[in-house]
Amino acid sequence: MTNIRTLRLDGELTIYCAQETHRQLLQTLADQASEGGPQALEIDLSGVSEIDTAGVQLLLTMLRYAGAHGVNTRLVRESAAVAETMTLLSLDGYLEQRAHA
Amino acid sequence: MNMDLALNTFFAESRELLTEMEAALLNVLDDVDPTDDINAIFRAAHTIKGSAGLFGIDAIVGFTHVVESVLDRVREGTIPISRDLVGLMLACRDHIGMLVERAAGETSDTADVDEPELLARLSAYLGDTPATPAAASAGPADAEPGLLGHWHISLRLDESVLRNGMDPLSFIRYLQRLGKVACVACCIESLPPLPELDPEACYLGFEIGLDSAADQATIANTFEFIADDCSIHILPPGTPPSAYLDLCRERGADPADFGERLARCGTLAPGELEALAANPSPHALQPCADEPRDAVRTDASCPPPAGKPRAAEETRTQEGHSIRIDADKLDHLINLVGELITASAGANLAARRLGNVELQECNSQVADLVESVRDSTLQLRMVKIGATFNRFRRVVHDVSRTLGKNIHLVVRGEDTELDKTVVERISDPLTHLVRNAMDHGIEPAETRIAHGKPGHGTITLDARHDSGHIVIEVSDDGGGLDRERILAKAVQRGLVEAGRELSDAEVFKLIFEPGFSTAAQVTDLSGRGVGMDVVKRNIEALRGSVEVSSRPALGTTVTVRLPLTLAIIDGFQVSVGTSLFVLPLDMVDECVAYSAHADHNYTDLRGRVLPFIRLRDMFSIPGPASARQNIVVVRHGDKRIGLVVDTLLGETQAVIKPLSRIFEQVRGISGSSILGSGEVALILDVPALMEQASHSPPAEHSRISA
Repeated sequence: MTNIRTLRLDGELTIYCAQETHRQLLQTLADQASEGGPQALEIDLSGVSEIDTAGVQLLLTMLRYAGAHGVNTRLVRESAAVAETMTLLSLDGYLEQRAHA
Repeated sequence: MNMDLALNTFFAESRELLTEMEAALLNVLDDVDPTDDINAIFRAAHTIKGSAGLFGIDAIVGFTHVVESVLDRVREGTIPISRDLVGLMLACRDHIGMLVERAAGETSDTADVDEPELLARLSAYLGDTPATPAAASAGPADAEPGLLGHWHISLRLDESVLRNGMDPLSFIRYLQRLGKVACVACCIESLPPLPELDPEACYLGFEIGLDSAADQATIANTFEFIADDCSIHILPPGTPPSAYLDLCRERGADPADFGERLARCGTLAPGELEALAANPSPHALQPCADEPRDAVRTDASCPPPAGKPRAAEETRTQEGHSIRIDADKLDHLINLVGELITASAGANLAARRLGNVELQECNSQVADLVESVRDSTLQLRMVKIGATFNRFRRVVHDVSRTLGKNIHLVVRGEDTELDKTVVERISDPLTHLVRNAMDHGIEPAETRIAHGKPGHGTITLDARHDSGHIVIEVSDDGGGLDRERILAKAVQRGLVEAGRELSDAEVFKLIFEPGFSTAAQVTDLSGRGVGMDVVKRNIEALRGSVEVSSRPALGTTVTVRLPLTLAIIDGFQVSVGTSLFVLPLDMVDECVAYSAHADHNYTDLRGRVLPFIRLRDMFSIPGPASARQNIVVVRHGDKRIGLVVDTLLGETQAVIKPLSRIFEQVRGISGSSILGSGEVALILDVPALMEQASHSPPAEHSRISA
């Protein structure tokens, strides 16, 4: 149960790579399921250089869906670009720094 | 994504919009119904501001916003359109143009001297209306707290919005320019489970609280670009809570959730909406409550700025008909076509030498096609001169105000086409000619009336095609050139011997001499004595010529003749000794056998005197003249002259290559061309040769006219 997986997303988190990111997220959840059920997941956002509406939407969907399936998912080490956008949308509560503050 | 490319498109479009804006500004006072013009002016400012905002070019956004606010009021009819306002708007247009060029890095001019003054004049129009000045300074920080209002924006996005290349985030970011985005509540209830998510579709909605001093139109315009892809409601400060309940029902949301979101946005107090839903407030039933609610709702499907959807449609149809191409690519294509012509001529020559009939036939077919390709390629560079002419409306408008003269501009032949390079390079000389005509040509109104002429002067710009050339005439109905004063000045400057008889044309030509100005008074427009010589030099650099004719009290006409294209011409090839020459075919009238007295420089052409030039003497070509020489009769304007040559070689396509700088001083040659055989032919500059002929020594001159 203490096993925490980390998924690192890099580069652009935008409409241009939304399909690929979507596959990556699904794959992570599938891997997790095959390894024996609910665990914790950290999505490392330190390498995200740019994020747009599509990216935010993916993260929100992931948090909601994974949460509903018992995978405790957190967004961690957000980059400046992510922090700026999430703050703009008043979604900074989901971020690690704010959550800890 | 290539931002540079997008930016360049922005700059190009801004320039076009500014041109449209200028045209509309110049028309707006004359039109019976100025609505279209006013809309066009507003649209230009508005679109530039919007696009500049997307690129974050704050300088443009800030200034244009104020301009737009004034224009908005003009559109509403609150501010009447006046001569003063048009003048101010023209100045603002120029300033925006400067800001755009600066952003494009085209100008390093960083002087902002005009901006404070323009802003001051603009705000005079806005008066003390609370909404705009705060936003005018383009920073939420500057917004006066007393004027701030809490706006609520409810945004639901269509699935297609992301695929259409829009990022709703950028619009929310843009809102920060209008004020303080108090809070955004993300509506995620439409998000499907992850496996069913189409990552490129948009499922989100936003409830946004905005503290801003901007007006409804400004906020609505922020979302103009996604208006088709979303449903948006903008509720201004002071909207009754009942309106939010309606909104909640329309969104199909649970009042508790929706109320919580509104509370987060700071729009309503927590629990307010829920309470309202449970117990419909009495004033929701009052008819007066309905009125403001309907009035304040701004549905994106029917945005307030009239004329905008139509404009978008127009742009779309135009896009279908034309594509933007880099001028460099076209130039490259024309270069290649030039090489192709040379190569095809070479192949032709080789086929003829081999005597293979089949090959010759094929080659002639290829040559025909090459010629069509050449014509279509050159056609690609052809643009109508109308756009250039229309720029002079502005020049005439501004200058007539400066001079205090009432001058009308008449434009004819706007559809005449010519090479883009020529158009670009002719506009400066033309500007000078137009200014000159206004400054020196048109007399003051009193003088005109005293001469029985209408009080307002008229400048006419006329363009037409004439034998492979375009003829542009700049005429005025002013007092005409003062022959005696020009002559006196010329004598004084030692350009002409005193007491010499000169024809009118010869006298008028003197105004093109360097440093020649007869203006009694130097104005800031012209009369400094630099100009007409520069005009002439510029036109000659384009292988063109310029002439002036004038009649006392009736006016002056300056006629500019320019070749249609600078790259490739249909030529007529001749030879003298071993030297090859090409004449522009359009200028060749006819060819006759040489017959003249050996020491005469003229011949009898069907009973009329035709002066001629012996190319052999002119270019000092060695060797004896051939037994059967020919005269090629060439025409330029209304002048004709003969050129004596050895052999006529027939038509050819000549790709013009400029001469190197060493040969710059050579008179009578305008370029060179490589023939199919690899030989070099020189292209004769007919106007220069004519000039030369009329400058021949006086003794000969009198003999010719004898």
